[in-house]
Amino acid sequence: MKSKNDISDIKTKKEKQSKAAKDMWVLRLYVAGQSPKAITAFANLKKICEEQLKGKYSIEVIDLLKNPQLGADDQILALPTLVRKLPVPVRKIIGDLSNTERVLVGLDLLPMS
Amino acid sequence: MKKVESKLVSTNLLKSPTGIQGFDEITGGGLPMGRPTLVCGSAGCGKTLFGIEFLVRGATQFNEPGVFMSFEETNEEITKNVASLGFDLDYLVKHKKLALDHVHIERSEIEETGEYDLEGLFIRLGYAIDSIGAKRVVLDTIESLFAGLPNQLILRAELRRLFRWLKEKGVTAIITGERGEETLTRQGLEEYVSDCVILLDHRVTEQTSTRRLRVVKYRGSMHGTNEYPFLIDEDGFSVLPVTSLGLNHSVSNDRVSSGITSLDKMFEGKGYYRGSTILISGTAGVGKTSLAAHFSEAACKRGERVLYFCFEESPSQLMRNMLSIGIKLEPWVNKGLLQFQATRPTFYGLEMHLAKTHKLVNDFKPNIVILDPINTFVIGDKEVEVKTMLMRLVDFLKSNQITALFTNLTSGVNELEHTDVSISSLIDTWILLRDIELSGERNRGMYILKSRGMAHSNQIREFNLTNHGVELSNVYVGPSGVLTGSARIAQEAIENAEVLTRKQDIERKKREIERKRKAVEAQIESLQANFESDVSEAVKMINIERDTINQLEQDKIEMAESRKADIIKKKNRNPKK
Repeated sequence: MKSKNDISDIKTKKEKQSKAAKDMWVLRLYVAGQSPKAITAFANLKKICEEQLKGKYSIEVIDLLKNPQLGADDQILALPTLVRKLPVPVRKIIGDLSNTERVLVGLDLLPMS
Repeated sequence: MKKVESKLVSTNLLKSPTGIQGFDEITGGGLPMGRPTLVCGSAGCGKTLFGIEFLVRGATQFNEPGVFMSFEETNEEITKNVASLGFDLDYLVKHKKLALDHVHIERSEIEETGEYDLEGLFIRLGYAIDSIGAKRVVLDTIESLFAGLPNQLILRAELRRLFRWLKEKGVTAIITGERGEETLTRQGLEEYVSDCVILLDHRVTEQTSTRRLRVVKYRGSMHGTNEYPFLIDEDGFSVLPVTSLGLNHSVSNDRVSSGITSLDKMFEGKGYYRGSTILISGTAGVGKTSLAAHFSEAACKRGERVLYFCFEESPSQLMRNMLSIGIKLEPWVNKGLLQFQATRPTFYGLEMHLAKTHKLVNDFKPNIVILDPINTFVIGDKEVEVKTMLMRLVDFLKSNQITALFTNLTSGVNELEHTDVSISSLIDTWILLRDIELSGERNRGMYILKSRGMAHSNQIREFNLTNHGVELSNVYVGPSGVLTGSARIAQEAIENAEVLTRKQDIERKKREIERKRKAVEAQIESLQANFESDVSEAVKMINIERDTINQLEQDKIEMAESRKADIIKKKNRNPKK
């Protein structure tokens, strides 16, 4: 239970980082508690973002166990789900994000080779 | 032993009433409580509506809030769609009786990367259930997930988990599924939901469609196994358990007037039995509808309710036509005692007709139901089906103590005592109207072919339509056979003339006798007079004679006195002069 807070803490830090950039990436990760899948997904996401979008992204982690009413807004079924809110169009990636290539395709990010 | 077992089952298996008309009857109380039920069927057969109605009735009638999770339609669409059935979903949502959740999944928006589960769906559903304390859940149609999520293995595993989870939650759930090619559902959901499976069907035969429902499986409970027709109309869903209920209906000794006094007289002067089935058959234009109209009018006058199904005429046409024979039906329609239902038999299938009739009867609660005519149901070669349908209808009406009057148009002259739909054995009272062709005219004759349980008249009556209704008159039965119409009138005229001449003869004879008597009396009188005058003459003579004798005696005495002789009173002389 305490580790859940850790994730939220990270979230807030990331949010604070940079707001100025116009091509800001807003990402939302939906999870259900501290399941292994959730932790893996968050770790994978962070890694990809650091590599590809350093400094111009924010990650918001939503724990549906805490806020179940938020699930309907983004039509969440599968968990974990990563939602790219910005830039539009909205994209969804489900799974623990272990397949980096697919995540990049899903996020419409061309790998920086 | 067996009885004990079934009792145990019935106490163990709680049921959740759906509130859907008729459905709870065939399932013995509703859906299995706390378990998922699969409702499957092809497109447009009413799966969603079944689910919605289950929730709405649950919320409004049984105080069981429900969650509707839609995978196809949005909340607005659903709300709009069912508003036409009188379901106000917005109101229910507002009062926390219902939660709508639209689950939308777009394949193109989704990228799969690695392991995942459907916990999100569980959480949403769980949240919706907990937020209103739902007891009922509908998932419509969960199979859409198969189109949205590529990984079938995960999906199937998750669905299995979902149904188990629903059971653990203790909610009564309906899962709808599209009909598959060879399986009940396209994705084989019946594998996971095995407690109760309901199959909805929408079939078209001979261009008429009928919706049917069948309980394929109901674990741990007795249920009706037949296919039951159901209706979707402005009141929602109604399933009609239309199989014969058996022949154990109670009967009434009450009589109802046929509306025609002379016809009642043929039935011991009292009319038909209440709750019996009356058939009026006959060829075209013999007045079947008129008899039916008479019966309806009489019933309305008694304050009873009549449901009149006309399959060939529109109500206004029928009312106008009946007005011509002096039957006013319109006031009763306005008063709400008489209700017309005019539909072409081809409008629905037979089952649907039956279902519709059931529904109308249940709604209107009539004392009398009239079907005019029944033979229009026979289209093509469906006699057996029509018969079974009418049998069910008769049973249904009888069990409700409703007097039913059917009319039947017989086509051929040779088959008068044969109904097209061969339902004669179902009928209690059968009145046959026939036309009698005689000396260039066509008249209507009527007789009672049978009437169970009463001493009915066996006579043929002539049946006349006058401007004040139907009149029955005795036909002429005499040496020259049975005569009707003008032949009867002519024959009656001849007879009347004969009677008149006879009467006149008698009168004449009477007068003759009187005259003779008077003549005799006069004769007697004159004789008497003569006799009396003779008598008085004689008396007078006698008196004169006596006087003369007396005088002579006196003279003699005087003479003797003068001669001082002895007085001898002796009559030795004739007193005559």
